[in-house]
Amino acid sequence: MSTSTARAGHNVGAEYDVEAVQRDFPILSRRVYDRPLVYLDNGASAQKPRVVIDGMRDMLEGEYANVHRGVHYLSQRATDRYEAVRGKVARFLNAESEEEIVFARGATEAINLVAASWGRRFLEAGDEVVLSVMEHHANIVPWQLLRAEKGIVLKVAPIDAEGNFLLDRFVDLLGPRTRLVSLAHVSNVLGSVLPVAEIVRVAHARGIPVLLDGCQGATHMPVDVRALGCDFYVFSGHKLYGPTGIGVLYGRAERLAAMPPYQGGGDMIASVSFEETTFKQPPHRFEAGTPAIVETVGLGAAIDYVQGIGLAAIERHERRLLAYAHERLAGIPGIQLVGQAREKSAICSFVVEGVHAHDVGTILDRAGVAVRVGHHCAEPLHSHLGLAATVRASFALYNCRADVDALANGLIAVKEMFG
Amino acid sequence: MQDSLRELYQEVILDHGRHPRNFRAVPQAPNQAKGNNPMCGDRIQVYLTLDADGHIADAAFDGRGCAISQASASLMTEILPGKTREEALALFRALHELCTKEHYDVAAHADADPEAMERLAVLSGVREFPMRVKCATLAWHTMKAALAGEGKATTE
Repeated sequence: MSTSTARAGHNVGAEYDVEAVQRDFPILSRRVYDRPLVYLDNGASAQKPRVVIDGMRDMLEGEYANVHRGVHYLSQRATDRYEAVRGKVARFLNAESEEEIVFARGATEAINLVAASWGRRFLEAGDEVVLSVMEHHANIVPWQLLRAEKGIVLKVAPIDAEGNFLLDRFVDLLGPRTRLVSLAHVSNVLGSVLPVAEIVRVAHARGIPVLLDGCQGATHMPVDVRALGCDFYVFSGHKLYGPTGIGVLYGRAERLAAMPPYQGGGDMIASVSFEETTFKQPPHRFEAGTPAIVETVGLGAAIDYVQGIGLAAIERHERRLLAYAHERLAGIPGIQLVGQAREKSAICSFVVEGVHAHDVGTILDRAGVAVRVGHHCAEPLHSHLGLAATVRASFALYNCRADVDALANGLIAVKEMFG
Repeated sequence: MQDSLRELYQEVILDHGRHPRNFRAVPQAPNQAKGNNPMCGDRIQVYLTLDADGHIADAAFDGRGCAISQASASLMTEILPGKTREEALALFRALHELCTKEHYDVAAHADADPEAMERLAVLSGVREFPMRVKCATLAWHTMKAALAGEGKATTE
């Protein structure tokens, strides 16, 4: 299906045609344990529309070669297709130029890139990096590695009982030694949407750069990095209905220009001799070796797909589903929602009184409902909440009210079994 | 409700999960170990006290986890007292087979107390749930580490 049909078919006027969207995702028609698949683990990874699958296959079958190398036809075609995605991503995030888009293996690698390159160059012992208690391990551990190496100090911004980011308390953490603020755009457990524009404003007023982990952000709502003013923004392709193995680091041009390479190899150099090597300008300076060519093209198809529907329309649809999920779960005694921030994206975590999350997950699974259980790579947040594990239902553009009903019915079965 | 789920969550499991036996810390226990299942965050601690002639005199545990891991630990602490180190390890091996192999071979585990294995048969439902096998075996790995004086066990 082409993008133009996606645009015409899925979002006529104010009506969001979720059934048309579902038809674009081949996997959604399969059954598990002889029941229809209800996929609510989108926060971990989203399913792929046919345009992504076909786009990748078409390239492998017809236009594949290495990029940035050959003078031959296929290499030129592959390079064009690969580099075109950089422009798509730049427009997707409203970056000023495509030179600000660095391809990485995923958001994790993108954050590690900033820590290893920018962090090593600009941070010294005693310098402070401010995170929040809600961070995914991917935005904690790279900074801990840097702490072990350089002696930097990590500060942790708090939240209130509902999961709201406490802006005043965050501002109190910003001091003369604060060199970076690195925060989730949206909490992958609580769904809290952080006041990122405010955060950037107060940080920049003190000359502090800001990195935003957009794994649950740009995938579910329109993001304009120029309007936000953030210095770095990262996200993963596979959570945006694209393939694994490809992620994005947006870095403001002047930031990237000041950063040294962090991996060496082919494709990132201007010239090499045994005496001296010079490096390409960003973004290629940060892309050593043969990149994930087909995956990048797949990401491009995924971006076309979501833009065909419109991120604003997707966000509205998912927020409506979240409201419905809250309503249905509130009607089941013994379910406690974890995360009720005022600004909340379509992630619904909860615990069932007297039943461990793992047991809930197993019973839901046999009802065809895929959720995530555990600490969702946010162990410090769970320690803070005093919870060993939670159940997380995370919604995507293809989920519908019937999916929420299946979740609620599964939870009623859990209650019956555990009495 | 599917049969395999009923098989997994038998009444015995639910009962031990809700009301685990020997759920207490024994800080002075000479043989103790912490067990940790990194995938689901379950943590338990097993406390063993052996008498002069090498029999387990007391077995206890505490910690948190799912119904399967709590029930498995609870059953284990009921079964272990009176067993020697070797008998306990034979049960560990037999339980592992019971939870992972489609056909548990009784003859191959003649050294495992048949009466104990009969009680542990309620855990065999995890065979249909590969992701949950570690829940059933965590306490036993931890017991093994406690006997070996290793202090720590992980299901990874």
